[in-house]
Amino acid sequence: MPQRPDTLKNPGQELRIFRVRALLAVLVVVILTGLLTGRLAYLQIVQHDLYSTRSEKNRVRVEPLPPNRGLIYDRNGVLLAENRPTYNLTLVRERVDSLEETLTLLVELLDLPQDDIEAFNVRSRQRQRPFQPALLMSDLSEDQIARLAVNRHRLPGVEVEAQLLRYYPDAEVMAHALGYVGRINAEELKTLDTGRYAGTHFIGKTGVERFYEEELHGQAGLRKVETNARGRVLRELGRTDPVPGKNLTLTLDKSMQALAYELMDGRRGSIVAIAPATGEILAMVSTPGFDSNQFVTGIDVASYRGLQEDLDLPLFNRAIRGHYPPGSTIKPFLALAGLIEGAITPNSTINDPGFYQLPNDSRRYRNWLRWGHGRVDMERSIAVSNNTYYYSLAHDLGIDKLHEQMSNFGFGQRVAHDVQGESAALMPSRDWKRARFNQPWYPGETLSVGIGQGYWQVTPLQLASATAALANQGRWVKPRIAMEIGGEPLARDLPDTLPDIQLDNEAWWDRVFSGMEKVLTGHEGTARRTGVGLEYRMGGKSGTAQVFSLGQDQRYNAAELEERLRDHALFMAFAPLEDPQIAVSVIVENAGGGSTHAAHLARAMTDAWLLDNEAPDIDEIKEELEADTAGVEGN
Amino acid sequence: MKTWQTLPRSFRRYPVRPPDSGIARRKSIWERIHIDPWLLGMLLVLMAAGLLVLYSASGQRIEAVIAQSVRFGVALVGMVIIAQFSPSTFLRWAPLAYGVGLAMLVAVEVAGDVGMGAKRWLEIPGVIRFQPSEMMKLAVPLMVAAYLNRCQLPPRLRDIVVCAVIIGVPVLLTAIQPDLGTSLVVASAAVIVVLLAGLSWRLIALVGAFIAAGLPVLWMNMHNYQRQRVLTFLDPESDPLGAGWNIIQSTTAIGSGGLWGKGWLQGTQSQLEFLPERHTDFIIAVLGEEFGLVGMLMLLCLYVMIVGRGLWLATSSQDTFGRLVAGSIILTFFIYVFVNVGMVSGILPVVGVPLPLVSYGGTSSVTLLAGFGILMSIHAHRRLLPR
Repeated sequence: MPQRPDTLKNPGQELRIFRVRALLAVLVVVILTGLLTGRLAYLQIVQHDLYSTRSEKNRVRVEPLPPNRGLIYDRNGVLLAENRPTYNLTLVRERVDSLEETLTLLVELLDLPQDDIEAFNVRSRQRQRPFQPALLMSDLSEDQIARLAVNRHRLPGVEVEAQLLRYYPDAEVMAHALGYVGRINAEELKTLDTGRYAGTHFIGKTGVERFYEEELHGQAGLRKVETNARGRVLRELGRTDPVPGKNLTLTLDKSMQALAYELMDGRRGSIVAIAPATGEILAMVSTPGFDSNQFVTGIDVASYRGLQEDLDLPLFNRAIRGHYPPGSTIKPFLALAGLIEGAITPNSTINDPGFYQLPNDSRRYRNWLRWGHGRVDMERSIAVSNNTYYYSLAHDLGIDKLHEQMSNFGFGQRVAHDVQGESAALMPSRDWKRARFNQPWYPGETLSVGIGQGYWQVTPLQLASATAALANQGRWVKPRIAMEIGGEPLARDLPDTLPDIQLDNEAWWDRVFSGMEKVLTGHEGTARRTGVGLEYRMGGKSGTAQVFSLGQDQRYNAAELEERLRDHALFMAFAPLEDPQIAVSVIVENAGGGSTHAAHLARAMTDAWLLDNEAPDIDEIKEELEADTAGVEGN
Repeated sequence: MKTWQTLPRSFRRYPVRPPDSGIARRKSIWERIHIDPWLLGMLLVLMAAGLLVLYSASGQRIEAVIAQSVRFGVALVGMVIIAQFSPSTFLRWAPLAYGVGLAMLVAVEVAGDVGMGAKRWLEIPGVIRFQPSEMMKLAVPLMVAAYLNRCQLPPRLRDIVVCAVIIGVPVLLTAIQPDLGTSLVVASAAVIVVLLAGLSWRLIALVGAFIAAGLPVLWMNMHNYQRQRVLTFLDPESDPLGAGWNIIQSTTAIGSGGLWGKGWLQGTQSQLEFLPERHTDFIIAVLGEEFGLVGMLMLLCLYVMIVGRGLWLATSSQDTFGRLVAGSIILTFFIYVFVNVGMVSGILPVVGVPLPLVSYGGTSSVTLLAGFGILMSIHAHRRLLPR
């Protein structure tokens, strides 16, 4: 390129300029190098500790080792809750070529609805660092695992991981008593000890699983491993083994539980059986049951809605949360209250014209037998379930003493030691009514309470434990469901046990028992059909609870009513009379036909517990039931 | 270390020698092949150190080291060949190289291959595939120097406007590929020529102000991924799994190296693959982790000595064209180093600039050593020029 003629080059000046500029360039180079040196010194000297820690954190991963959840056995060592290996589907996004294609292929292979593609997409993002596997789906079936194995080459980044999952072999029978575990939710996460629960995905939600969560869970261990950026474990640097959860032995007897469930035969209701001497709950059934295993892996929306909207309320634990008017079943307790308070003696009698009238009140409170039982003493009042006797007794006692005495039997309070979610139900009182309705207590309401109606509500568990206390001649033993925790037996005497119930004359217990025995064996006993062929001495009391109240003097025909409007059948019993081994409460919702249905079931339970027979023949019992409930028998 | 004692003296020796004594003196072998032994020596030490780090950074794959060595060999041969041409040849061919380069940039825009969201490659199928922008790293400064060589220096406003056009067109073409890193390198290489030619301070201040005002406009025209890089640079923790991952991992690697480093092949950040692009753009983090601050400073020292030697050679050149080209080549080399180390250590945004002669990759090594070839040619041919 030739020089332009109009310009004069001045080599000297140009060299000078260049030298100045080059010198400046050297200066800039030195300054910038100094800047880099400063930055490097800052990173490598000043911040060295911080970055060393970061680098260690990168390299060393602390993996939680979740403890194995304790197993649950029944009193005979039958396994009720176990941990079974199941297989989870996981995905590492970084190893997947095309996420969309992979997810589409997965859904196709596993035969899942198309909606799951989006769900998988969301789940694949849920992780803390690159190369961390994300959980797409738990509890793969054998078939699905096989299909994944065959197509492995088409699915890079997709893995099948083994995991222990809770499994309940007799889910439906045990569901309410045992409860179930489920995934830890956000609410629970807030209150959990994250160290203990590191690596644990499940927590007890209801029942025994919830109450004994702490014992069953155990303590998480730790494993320090060196990993590369892809999350692959290269070697183990150290470990602390987890402490497995304690095994639990329950007082429940699986065969009794199964029998009770079968006896209910799909009807709504509950059976609770307690060993009076020890307070051990032998059976605690609420029907209908449900498959609790569904809740472990996460129940699908449709099934959950099905359970929720079922009119039979299968998720509702009737045994501890069902509120029922106790009906006549509480008459023995009221008789005891009368004896304690001196309102009656075993020999005092009333004359029953078929109704009771309060002084200065024309309203007639009816006995169930229109024409009355005539002269009635305490034993007969129990045996024939006379209402008039108890109207009179309740009126004499008054609501305050009634409330006090019935509270001593555990009504209106939570009675058990370790039953999760138990309801206190309701033992009405003046104070309660004032607080609830801002109304005074009316004398007529005392009469309703006297025959177990009105505001009074009990749970099947309360009725069974009150029966157990009665069978013990007033000695209270707190009902419990755990027998041994990690091999350690539960203490015999538990805190907050109710005080024992004292009678002035110990012999009066036998008089009450005698009345209860006549219910089953007396010629006019309300459950005399049930008592046919008893091989031991048994005491019981029948009851019916009205679903809705009838107007005065109104008679009705059970058959005309819708099934759901029929009376509940109740029965409480214990046996043998001289050395009680079992106390039972039975409630069959809308059974109709008086209390016979419930009485038969109670007898089947005591038979099974006391007699060394082989398993009772359910069909035979059902046949008898049908024959006997055809005729309507009293209260 | 011997070099520390011998080098300063050797720097002094060259100007002492009369530039053109006219006395017939036996030429040394180095003068005969137009190679500066000191510069060559330092470059070889740098490449050797680079290969050492590369072995570790590539996950101890000797294949990578061999492949890189072969590239170095080819590039060195290229350097020696280029050094044989006289600077007047470069002066003559500069406009042609510039024109061809420009044409190819346009061709890329029209028919280029797309790689990583940017059109950078030009391919004659089965024959060759290369980035024209790479060639412009040398062609643009050569062109600017050739133009300024005709003018009276310091350059007047009219000359500066012409230079701005010469620089602006290829830089814009590269920037819209988009390849911000390379376009900035091309721009700075050429701007350095203008600065060395004596651009007035007032203009420098003016342009500085203009650029500051233009930054928002630049921001508006950036691609999303470019903006993301800037944002991530300002706050790497904002996206620790995505764009921030690189910078967090590289500063962690360097910082955890400490004073002495974890030892060769012992860096957990690099060996366990936490460090991304560890054998290319982020290779210095491997050095920082395994050889510590000491290793980093030794490498920086080597770079500064190469730059010093280069600047010395530029200053001792006898004509303006040679000085400008040589100065630009060596200062651009330094800019590479500064930008790369700055970005890996977290004081500059991530802009895909490799570490010269250490990062794995052929194209940049060839371009760099071609530059050093021109530098050596300018130096070795100086006595022939004044005639």
